[in-house]
Amino acid sequence: MSTASTKPGTVKERAGLALNDEFLRKAVKFTTERLRSGKKAASEEHGNWDDWRERGRQIRLHTIAHLDYYLNLFADNARANGVNVHFAETDVEAVKIALAIAERKQAKSVVKSKSMVTEELHLNHALEKIGVEAIETDLGEYIIQLAGETPSHIIIPAIHKNRYQIADLLSAEAGETLAPDTQILAGFVRKKLREKFLEADIGMTGCNFAIAETGSMVLFENEGNARMVSTVPKTQITLMGMERIIPSFEDLEVMATLLPRSATGQKLTVYMSGITGPRRTEDADGPDEMHIIIVDNGRSNQLGDPEFQELLNCIRCGACLNACPVYRHIGGHAYGGTYSGPIGAVLTPALKKDESQWDDIANASSLCGACYEACPVKIPLHDMLVYLRRRKVESGNGNLLESVGMKGFSTLLGGSKRMRGVIRLGQLGQKLVERDGGIRIKLGPLKGWNTYRVTPSLPKQSFRDRWSTIQKETQAEGATLDPALKARMEAVVAERKQGGGSSHGGHA
Amino acid sequence: MKVSLFITCLSDAIYPRVGEAMVRLLARYGVQLEFPTVQTCCGQPAFNSGYWDDARKTATTLIEAFEDSDFVIAPSGSCIGMLHHYPKLFEKDPVMLERANKLQAKSYEFTQFLVKVLGVTDVGATFPHKVTYHPSCHGTRLLGVKEEPIALMNQVKGLELVPLPFAEDCCGFGGTFAVKMADISGAMVTEKVDHVLETEAEVLVGLDMACMMNIAGNLRYRDKPVRVMHLAELLYEGVK
Repeated sequence: MSTASTKPGTVKERAGLALNDEFLRKAVKFTTERLRSGKKAASEEHGNWDDWRERGRQIRLHTIAHLDYYLNLFADNARANGVNVHFAETDVEAVKIALAIAERKQAKSVVKSKSMVTEELHLNHALEKIGVEAIETDLGEYIIQLAGETPSHIIIPAIHKNRYQIADLLSAEAGETLAPDTQILAGFVRKKLREKFLEADIGMTGCNFAIAETGSMVLFENEGNARMVSTVPKTQITLMGMERIIPSFEDLEVMATLLPRSATGQKLTVYMSGITGPRRTEDADGPDEMHIIIVDNGRSNQLGDPEFQELLNCIRCGACLNACPVYRHIGGHAYGGTYSGPIGAVLTPALKKDESQWDDIANASSLCGACYEACPVKIPLHDMLVYLRRRKVESGNGNLLESVGMKGFSTLLGGSKRMRGVIRLGQLGQKLVERDGGIRIKLGPLKGWNTYRVTPSLPKQSFRDRWSTIQKETQAEGATLDPALKARMEAVVAERKQGGGSSHGGHA
Repeated sequence: MKVSLFITCLSDAIYPRVGEAMVRLLARYGVQLEFPTVQTCCGQPAFNSGYWDDARKTATTLIEAFEDSDFVIAPSGSCIGMLHHYPKLFEKDPVMLERANKLQAKSYEFTQFLVKVLGVTDVGATFPHKVTYHPSCHGTRLLGVKEEPIALMNQVKGLELVPLPFAEDCCGFGGTFAVKMADISGAMVTEKVDHVLETEAEVLVGLDMACMMNIAGNLRYRDKPVRVMHLAELLYEGVK
């Protein structure tokens, strides 16, 4: 199905490059910290955040459960509005449709507003191959395009670059030295892009939400470039993942509450545009011809899969990236796919059905759950990462050495006598390498661990070894159970028996 | 009333002092823990790595070990959190699923049991030191243990609790992650320890010895004399 390419090497190798790039780590840390603090403040100020998250989740669950219905409703309504609606099952098909429109229009240039789907399709490259200039007009995307790179964050494509690196790139484009001052740099890009907007034959956009009841598409942006892209050129092409649908404008209210706050900590996005068809005679501006290409490209693999269907609930806010401690240290390119961070670590393999094509990206997580906590629609990404690992193992694509190790683990820890033996063996064996209660050798499995730590040595006696002594002493000294405490414990047991037992745990 | 100790393999082998502190502290309230010696590991390393058949083997051992307990208590939010995955692990086996559900419902992380079940927040401890607290991810995010340790520490006489910057960030342990992705894990624990040092606390306290072993290991590697303890140890030392 999908031919979406991943970057060469293993995740470990790519992460190694990032970990040795101080500029990258500083830039990513600086911006993700700003974004997640902003999100925290905005969600706290809004109040009842978890209730809103749950509402968002319910809207997404409902929509995806009835995706066929809402997609048809959307397509019918959009067509009634005068939009040409296309469905593309694969990336190849989607590209073919877009190129055919460009060729028919004899387009020389396309201006684009930010769209992760077009990144997924490598559409710029395909356009250039047929001689059409594709210009990114989102500031971050424009920078990345000049650098010949791919976005390293879903909403902040150039997050890994600092001001000075950006000034160098823009200076080369300007043919003169531009000071590393945000106003000057943005001013240059603004002027440059003005000309491009006016020349362009086609405007190409992504889509944040598609409203089924009216056939409208909605764009969230901060720079006004998407508005230029969707009003100036005569033809508009919108590419959207098939899951971007929500039923109604009423549902958009919830999404408009969740998305900007989760993404950047903004209460409102600067521009929110709802576009319902091409220009009508009474409209002052807008395209004469409008196309929407609805892309599957592996998304429908998740439909009907109880472990992964919720992946389609994602609203691409990037909050999981900003909350992720792994992303903070390795940035987006180390993930190797179009989408990075925790959502990318799950989405990239999930979009491919064949487990043998999966790399080790699902291992690049400590399973801390910060992504789930940050997610405005509560996608359990940390659980999905484990399911991906399991599917890889069960399909016979696991790591051989690890599978032998795990077999050993379950055998040795499958019984307490064997476990006691293992501990005893460790207590004896460590004498060769232990010093001052610590083990420092950088060999075998301890190589990576001891590069950053000293391993504690095992005490002479394990808890098991000490148990009979501890038990005797506490029985001799211990108090008698306070009747009030006994009553509390009995009440908990009684409540549990009536079926109200697990209220003390579970997902936060 | 049968209250059982689930020691967890890490506390059993490396940190028996944590289990001992827990047992002795609860004995002061007349809660005598019993210790089924047939218990082994919760199976989390195998589960998280995707080896669910292997995880089911150790999970079965644990389910059997605590079958007739009324309460199961462990000094780890992560290992108790793993018991919350057992129903998923046995979703296709209705008999084991029911046993897994029963175990999950009666399992408590140490401070959950102390505060939520027994209703104790003041153990009468004194600990005149500057302390900072690392809330472990699985305990806080999977079990929702957030207020309990703070409530307990607020009642300890002389204890000065200093907030840990970016406390909610993972320390980088993540089980096999620390071995498989050693350099990413190393970057994470280094950042965590930087924050611990910023607080100038004498003691770092937590509820999960895996995370504490990770952070303590980096502190020691960098020759930083911050004492690292489980909260059970701190409380028991404070009442001794």
